[in-house]
Amino acid sequence: MNPAVSVEVTGLQVAFGRGRRAFRAVRNAGFSVEAGGSFGLVGESGSGKTTVLRALAGVLPPTAQVRGRMRMHGESLGAIRPRALRRRMQMVFQDPYGSLHPRHTVDRILGEPARVHGLDSIDSRIDEALAGVGLDASFRFRYPHQLSGGQRQRVAIARALIIEPDVVLLDEPTSALDVSVQAEILNLLQRLRRERTLTFVLVSHDLAVVSHMAEALVVMRAGEIVETLDVAALRTAAPQHPYSRHLLRASRGYDRAAASEF
Amino acid sequence: MVERRDPLLIVDGLNVTFDTPHGAVAAVRDVSFTLGREKLGIVGESGSGKSQTGRALLGLLARNGRMSARQLSFDDVDLLRAGEAERHALRGRRISMILQDPKFSLNPVMTVGEQIVEAFRVHAGVSRREARDRALAMLEAVRIREPRYVFDAWPHEISGGMGQRVMIAMMMVPEPDLIIADEPTSALDVTVQLQVLALLDDMLARRGAALIFISHDLNLVASFCDRVLVMYAGRVVETLGAAELHGARHPYTRGLLACQPRVDGDGADLPTLHRDPAWAR
Repeated sequence: MNPAVSVEVTGLQVAFGRGRRAFRAVRNAGFSVEAGGSFGLVGESGSGKTTVLRALAGVLPPTAQVRGRMRMHGESLGAIRPRALRRRMQMVFQDPYGSLHPRHTVDRILGEPARVHGLDSIDSRIDEALAGVGLDASFRFRYPHQLSGGQRQRVAIARALIIEPDVVLLDEPTSALDVSVQAEILNLLQRLRRERTLTFVLVSHDLAVVSHMAEALVVMRAGEIVETLDVAALRTAAPQHPYSRHLLRASRGYDRAAASEF
Repeated sequence: MVERRDPLLIVDGLNVTFDTPHGAVAAVRDVSFTLGREKLGIVGESGSGKSQTGRALLGLLARNGRMSARQLSFDDVDLLRAGEAERHALRGRRISMILQDPKFSLNPVMTVGEQIVEAFRVHAGVSRREARDRALAMLEAVRIREPRYVFDAWPHEISGGMGQRVMIAMMMVPEPDLIIADEPTSALDVTVQLQVLALLDDMLARRGAALIFISHDLNLVASFCDRVLVMYAGRVVETLGAAELHGARHPYTRGLLACQPRVDGDGADLPTLHRDPAWAR
């Protein structure tokens, strides 16, 4: 195993349902992410990008059939994962309104994963986790409804980081936020990645967000990876696959001529 | 084309206030603009008052909302003095609204076709058979490949992009003079968004109707509309021709443009917006 590789996915297949009516959500996906790197999964609804992320996180519903190989720092990510392995990978969800328990204080939201993983000095960890995401200690005893969308997403990031993972899975982390708040959260994520040598796997429908955050990416459509490219190719508008080019053009705004070509 | 001499809509000094347990909250403050036969974008972040401006024009505020204006007129109708019956006649017939999520705008217990037929029967007063023919033609016009299938489908059986095309088809039935679209494509994939906007664009051009396009997406609005109003804290802080977006003067507009990541950016930290309390005054 190459020690520089953090996350490795080979021949991943995910199907829902059985037999002839089975829906193949992901077909033969493969990619690898360097330790400390940031990798993007891009695609439209139904492309399978979120299913790949959920397979990595081990949070697919039990009816899903997963085939193929997923590894993190050489250790296999199977259906049953030891707690020590789970601690090394955390996920941040799209909707900061739905992903925090509405009747738990920030203190409890942050303390719970730390307790589950048997960490000590939880009190000071909570203060540090809050400070790390730019929130002062006064936020500790507030409820989610007392926070703005951006503050909630900061709490969700603090919750993911409090148990000191190596890999953070980000599912559309800013798509529910205003652009000015998005800029703050993206800057925060990049700073945390640099400071803590985190590895990111980022799912987004927004090519600009992925181009900003990642070094390499895959473009997915209908469960398949249509193209793997590094971000330099995206920035210079040089993707090869027609669908990637298509997506790039559509993301630039309204263009009547482009619409006729689709 | 813009007919500045004879505006379709005049909004002068519009205010919208909501009564809450914590006192009155001003959502829209002294907003004024005129609209010709053009595409006007209203852009702002959450809480800027852009949606409430659109709703106030149709008299569709929540129960705790109050509005006032020096002048609010649509064509020859004084919207401030119009009774409920007169407003009702305008809504749908001459002014239509398209909302963000077709899932909440279509009636879930009526097939798609029946809903369009109903729109034709109410607004055009035609027979059931003719309404059906026109509904199918309308579905074809919004480029639905299998209009018969969609006609018989229930709203939950069609995709978001399809649902939004159906909404556009329904809004076009009464041939309105003004369409108010509030984030009409925000729930859609970018490639579908492009197709739906092209459709709306073609329909507007064919009928010579005007559009108010409410959105959080400055670049999208600037690429689609003729003019853009930028709202902040209930006020219009800047009005721009869509082509002059990058010549924006107001620090809020400039800040919004700067803080967006770009596909061809360099990955360096994004500038963040520093809000000046003076903008809200």
